[in-house]
Amino acid sequence: MADKLKLATTSLAGCFGCHMSLLDIDERMLELAKHVEFDRSPITDIEHCNPCDIGLIEGGVCNSENVHVLREFRKNCKILVAVGACAINGGLPALRNHIPLEDCLNESYRDGIGIENAQIPSDPELPLLLDKVYPIHEIVKVDYYLPGCPPSGDVFWTFLSDIIAGREPSLPYELIHFD
Amino acid sequence: MHKTITIDGQEVPFEAGQTIMDAAISADIYIPHLCHNPDYQPHGSCKLCTVKVNGRNCSACTFPAMEGQDIQNHSADLEQDRLRITQMLFVEGNHFCPSCEKTGNCQLQAVAYYLKMHDNHFPHFFANREMDASHPEILIDHNRCIFCNLCVRASQEKDNKNVFAISGRGINKRLIINSKSGQLKDSDIDINDCAAHICPTGAILIKGTGYQVPIGQRIYDQQKIDEVSLAEESKDHG
Repeated sequence: MADKLKLATTSLAGCFGCHMSLLDIDERMLELAKHVEFDRSPITDIEHCNPCDIGLIEGGVCNSENVHVLREFRKNCKILVAVGACAINGGLPALRNHIPLEDCLNESYRDGIGIENAQIPSDPELPLLLDKVYPIHEIVKVDYYLPGCPPSGDVFWTFLSDIIAGREPSLPYELIHFD
Repeated sequence: MHKTITIDGQEVPFEAGQTIMDAAISADIYIPHLCHNPDYQPHGSCKLCTVKVNGRNCSACTFPAMEGQDIQNHSADLEQDRLRITQMLFVEGNHFCPSCEKTGNCQLQAVAYYLKMHDNHFPHFFANREMDASHPEILIDHNRCIFCNLCVRASQEKDNKNVFAISGRGINKRLIINSKSGQLKDSDIDINDCAAHICPTGAILIKGTGYQVPIGQRIYDQQKIDEVSLAEESKDHG
């Protein structure tokens, strides 16, 4: 058998729902494993992306760490894929985009109901928040988009099957959903 | 004898006074559209129905059908233009489908599905738009307004009122409400008005009716918008 394709996945400002949906390919995961080897991914716990064929990005870009991870993926992945509503348009985290960041932090950590020992987190290890939550195509070039919140297991399967077979990926109408 | 136009090589009869859109609907030909509804005066603002008439771009919903017109509707170029127009509508407002009650029944979303739109292509404005939840029965979410003018027309033409208008230009364009406070609760809108039910997106919603049909079983989850649109519009007007 030819060398397996290398696949990396990550969740930026996402909820891991898209990763759960990838697991919804169920027993087809065994078939996938015949063709694909997972590199950096929550599934493997590999911490940095090595050169890969496919990178799946869940979630938008809300902080400085997201920017670094996204750029690492772009640098290492031949095909970069925006997976799910948040990667494509910022998704529900982007509902904060019309509220100034300072107001968001004050409401969450200083002024909100039931807060004790109020302070804005400032540990240098914490990634700095960006002013807005950005779709990933505003930071790096994206090759393909899998819409959905989350995209169904069938969307992942159809897309990955096409890539594995060397076909141009194509989603039929019934697999295109924004919800 | 009917006069005819040609749409994508097909001879289509028309009657005097019909637009290209009218003739197409009568012949069961779908031309993508959002601001057009055959029950109301054409507005010609969304530009999705742009077709090539004898080589020149025209809005099918406002352009009169005339003998001998050779019209391109479903060409790769036009579908690409329509895709970009739809993507511009998405980035101009705040269209977060997973949190919108209209998802699955939304014509903006359905046109996007029809055009195989996977992404929004452009940088997002993330415009700062308000909600008006003042009315006890009707909700306005300006984030989802695409300025199609249908609520304006419905209020004037069918309800014999004047509840809505579009104000401002360019990026400052917005839907305004005709009441002293500017709030919907102080206008004379009624839940039975056509204007309360005409919105193609989730900008005007009826309160207390959310999620009666589960996501996944809604109109455009089952059927493409070309089929739905032709079934509804040719039934009434064909």
